[in-house]
Amino acid sequence: MPSVGAALGGGGATAAPAQRPRRNWVPYALLLPGLLWLALFYATPMVTLGSQSLQEGNVYDGFVFTGNLSVYPQALSEYWPQLLRSLGYAATATFFGLLLAYPLAYFMAQKAGRWKNIMLILVIAPFFTSFLIRTLAWRIILSDGGVVSDFFERTGLINLLEWLTLTTGGTLLNSKFAVMAGLTYNFLPFMILPLYAALERLDPRYMEAARDLYASGWQTFRHVIWPLSLPGVVAGTLLTFIPATGDYINSRLLGNTQTVMIGQVIDSLFLRVLDYPQAAALSFILLIMIVTLVALYVRRAGTEELV
Amino acid sequence: MTEHPSGDLCLEQLSKKFESFTAVNSLDLTIPEGSFFALLGPSGCGKTTTLRMIAGLEDPTSGTIRIGDVDITHVKAHRRNVNTVFQSYALFPHMKILDNVAFGLKRRGDKDAMRKAQEALDLVELGHTAKKKPNQLSGGMQQRVALARAIVNRPNVLLLDEPLGALDLKLRRQMQIELKRIQSEVGITFVHVTHDQEEAMTMADTVAVMNAGNLEQVGPPADLYDHPASTFVANFLGQSNLLTSRVTGLGGDGLATADCHGHEIQVAAEHIPTGVRDVFVGVRPEKLRLDRSGRNHLDGTVTDASFAGVATQYLVRLPWGHEVTVVQPNDGSPRARVGESVDVSWEPGSEFVLDASQDQDAGMFDTGLRDA
Ligand SMILES: Nc1ncnc2c1ncn2[C@@H]1O[C@H](COP(=O)(O)OP(=O)(O)O)[C@@H](O)[C@H]1O
Ligand SMILES: [Mg+2]
Repeated sequence: MPSVGAALGGGGATAAPAQRPRRNWVPYALLLPGLLWLALFYATPMVTLGSQSLQEGNVYDGFVFTGNLSVYPQALSEYWPQLLRSLGYAATATFFGLLLAYPLAYFMAQKAGRWKNIMLILVIAPFFTSFLIRTLAWRIILSDGGVVSDFFERTGLINLLEWLTLTTGGTLLNSKFAVMAGLTYNFLPFMILPLYAALERLDPRYMEAARDLYASGWQTFRHVIWPLSLPGVVAGTLLTFIPATGDYINSRLLGNTQTVMIGQVIDSLFLRVLDYPQAAALSFILLIMIVTLVALYVRRAGTEELV
Repeated sequence: MTEHPSGDLCLEQLSKKFESFTAVNSLDLTIPEGSFFALLGPSGCGKTTTLRMIAGLEDPTSGTIRIGDVDITHVKAHRRNVNTVFQSYALFPHMKILDNVAFGLKRRGDKDAMRKAQEALDLVELGHTAKKKPNQLSGGMQQRVALARAIVNRPNVLLLDEPLGALDLKLRRQMQIELKRIQSEVGITFVHVTHDQEEAMTMADTVAVMNAGNLEQVGPPADLYDHPASTFVANFLGQSNLLTSRVTGLGGDGLATADCHGHEIQVAAEHIPTGVRDVFVGVRPEKLRLDRSGRNHLDGTVTDASFAGVATQYLVRLPWGHEVTVVQPNDGSPRARVGESVDVSWEPGSEFVLDASQDQDAGMFDTGLRDA
């Protein structure tokens, strides 16, 4: 089709030469490093892992690719309790993390004033110590005769934990309780920071408008603060739930044989049992489960009028 | 449940201090039920703070707030039957327009919230936007939604904090008319805060002028304009020519004589504050004429003339160097030129007289051009 200008002007020399749209390649170039990184360190290991799960053999005679899918149902039927347990522990840690982090983040973002930065540094401070050492420290914190253990005994809270079968034998350590407490503690900053970012952006004038429109403190939270902070809640719960599900440090250092999580299983299949196909298959199962859950969760949260 | 007192809104000795800074100083005001009341003053004079105290969003340092006979000074914001249209609108961004408008009704458990909210939206002619989100509307539309969200609750008092501040001039004029229409339709007491003197005068039944936390004067717009009680009000509300004079004696006809830089002029005796001899005689620019038709006259030289369609504004230098502003309607009479010697005259009684112990230029540079 000739351009309108050319049609009207008879296509004479007065018509401006048609401008060829110049492709701007800069944005694509900017993508390149990230894509390369993903290809090298994400896609390649995934493919390797996938192919490994479909191999048969052992570490001495070598593995051969057979495309045998039966390793998946086998792994599932053998380790489903650990899988479910992992999801349960991670969900509990996420729930209590949210419960602890939300008020703290709200205070920091809206009320702390000039203490804001100091509090932020305190939240980040644990990262200066390694994850492993922090978890080991919890062994000391929860040990028999310690302050925490004393407190639980004096207040009788230990009986409640026993009754809930979160601890056994009257000790806090090496129990479900210890694992979940460790998970909650270790991933708390990942909950606090996105919540803080969301609540920091929350304009206090919306809260005033709600008060002005007859909303009580609770109603203001329910109808204004909470919905406006949902992006932070979604980010924080994902950043806590996902790594907590695959964690194997807390269950190993703070738990017992009844609290083994799936990360711990994969770890020992890879490094001790040397059953690579089974380990790879379990890794994939975990991945698929988490991706499915996250997709469902984000869709559900998305319908809750995210801004 | 919320109480629904009705009656006049009374502020008594209302003060607010932020640490050592006094933002509102011992305010005494009675705002009649059902009136359109404007709180006018330059930015930073404490208007917003006053509104926030009435809304319950700020605790007064001292003083009381009553609606009718009910003391609401310490009633929580969400239990006051008072609503605010915020300067920033503060529409909830995550809610549809209709849900925004229904918010207050729902919090009070009104079963009919949605229908009433739709009616309120129709009242501000935005019924068709019910399903939209606030960020899909223009500033002017958001402003009307904020208004609907407040009036739908039928509060005893509606507080409007510079509601038109963010709108362009044309839209402002439209909304001023619209607001007046809505106020007379719903009959709620409106307390309208503004730093725009023209807006206050065109809209309100009663205007209160504030300056640096203090109340300067309260009254109908015409009273404030014709008889300002201070140089601040005289300069802040429209333009004033203040002539330094000294009262010399009483004449007949209720007139007094005064000496204005060696020229004898006459003023209405009743306009002179009691017990004051050194005064400013104030004359509004449109009450001065460039001829000898008034009984008071002075001579001067035109130093500037600016044509503005319906009228021409002149600057005339008087013999002692003071410049006065004269506004003449362009009614076909010949116009004066710059450099021309002219007579400036006015009729005794058309002036106001102020105590000369005040700052002559108070309120001069706060003509509402600055933003709040
Ligand atoms: N929360 C506050 N803390 C300290 N000073 C304040 C606070 N709110 C207002 N002020 C001061 O009080 C004065 C009056 O403010 P405001 O009522 O907002 O004025 P206006 O609305 O007339 O422009 C201003 O000088 C302002 O800086
Ligand atoms: Mg203000």
